[in-house]
Amino acid sequence: MDRFVFLTLDGLSRGAVYAAFALALVLIWRAARVVNFAQGAMAVAAAYVAYSVSAATGSYWLGFLAALAAGLLFGAVVDRVVMRYVDHASPLNPVIVALGLVLLIQAVLGMVYGSEFRPAGTPFSREGFTVGGLALLSPYDLFVFAAVAVVVSALAWIFARTAVGLRMRAAAFAPEVSRLLGVNVGGMLTLGWALASGVGALAAMLVIPTELGLHPHAMDLVFVSAFTAAVVGGLDSPPGAVVGGLVVGLVLSYVSGYAGSDLTPLAVLVLLLAVLLVRPGGLFAPVAARRV
Amino acid sequence: MSERSDQGDLLVVRGLVAGYGAAPVLHAVDLTVPAGTIAAVVGANGAGKTTLLRAISGMLRPLAGGVQLAGEDLRGTPVEQLVRRGMAHVPEGRGVIGELTVDENLRLGGLWRRDRADAARALDEVYQLFEPLARRRRHLGHQLSGGERQMLALGRALVGRPRLLLLDEPSLGLAPRVVARTMALLRQLRDRTGLTVLLVEQNVRSALSVADQGVVMALGRVVTTAPAADLRDDADLRHAYLGF
Repeated sequence: MDRFVFLTLDGLSRGAVYAAFALALVLIWRAARVVNFAQGAMAVAAAYVAYSVSAATGSYWLGFLAALAAGLLFGAVVDRVVMRYVDHASPLNPVIVALGLVLLIQAVLGMVYGSEFRPAGTPFSREGFTVGGLALLSPYDLFVFAAVAVVVSALAWIFARTAVGLRMRAAAFAPEVSRLLGVNVGGMLTLGWALASGVGALAAMLVIPTELGLHPHAMDLVFVSAFTAAVVGGLDSPPGAVVGGLVVGLVLSYVSGYAGSDLTPLAVLVLLLAVLLVRPGGLFAPVAARRV
Repeated sequence: MSERSDQGDLLVVRGLVAGYGAAPVLHAVDLTVPAGTIAAVVGANGAGKTTLLRAISGMLRPLAGGVQLAGEDLRGTPVEQLVRRGMAHVPEGRGVIGELTVDENLRLGGLWRRDRADAARALDEVYQLFEPLARRRRHLGHQLSGGERQMLALGRALVGRPRLLLLDEPSLGLAPRVVARTMALLRQLRDRTGLTVLLVEQNVRSALSVADQGVVMALGRVVTTAPAADLRDDADLRHAYLGF
């Protein structure tokens, strides 16, 4: 029982990060109809910015803020400099370009920082509180939950309640009509990329210290898990991404805890395959047809 | 409400050539719509009516010729700037965004405006004008009936308080009663607010019944421009181009 509680809490804590990263994928998918396979590499690049800033200033928080800012910036740049010029007629084109970006970003990071693991610090202890001999959540886990909760709520509020959120949704659903109504559709697209990439950078900052450390490939496996989470939730659904992230986190935690951590990459793929076979639209697929 | 300005032509189209790919659909179209009037462009399927509206609002880049709105050349003006110049285009199929609620669709029509107070007033006016929309504020666009979508598209354009309204086939797929109500509303808006309307219609009878000026198009050219009443009474012209 103790073990089950521990694995559940640990799974939820990882799941929160997957949820954030999956949410970033969903944001770009909704805005641009692109699965951003470069998101992991972009997030790692932002984490390296944090590493440099923290090393120079000695402050975790300055590095943390720098990572978020770099994430926003990288998203905008990737849209303005690269994706805008990709022909989206075939869905494969942006995917190939994104994979090319992964190679490019990881190569540049390797050249600048080298490919050894760098230690990544945490602002709070990762030592779990113990209640009656049972190790529960650590202060860092709570920080992860809080950070993800704040970002998810903020995004929900922006999209549902603000004028810019309404513009972004309109631009995604009906670009031509939105332009006729005075919406700067290109600007909204760039903003969508920036927000998504910022969320991705946050996820990287949260998860990298809990793994082996900072490395150009540090987000590769996280990307696979988050992609699975996004598909589980249905690529079109932000709440689905959050639930999908938590589900994937739990499944991986149980598999690694009860069956051995060697099996976790396999478990992710099995889950992905199962969802695609049983409910290809994802658990949260909208009932109504998209086209009107 | 804006004061009524009868002087001058609000929309002037000169030698407009436009099309898809290399082959033009419009061949040097000339058109003038005086402020505060309703012009109806009629003609058979494929005459280039929709293309004309798309070229005027810049959704389709003209190959040659120009469009002037209140004396200002619109060449090179991005589509999203046109609402700020006072032009509203209700596209073919009406462009209601099905994933957004009625209220969101309507607010979108006034989002570009700096004068937030007047945008809110315009929204209230549209809800008063279209009672059924007020009852369905929280419904999604794709849950509406054809007539309600028509109201929503028209209302969304009016929230921006346009000077010129481009309407593409407002009668399409609607019951005759609903069409008659729409046409009456256009006339009422013209009289009350000085709204200028350029209307494209297959439904020649109802279009000419509401319009001041009729423009007959065939094969991408303007064949005749005349007072709408004259066109209604000209049997030869009706037989030749309009088929009734």
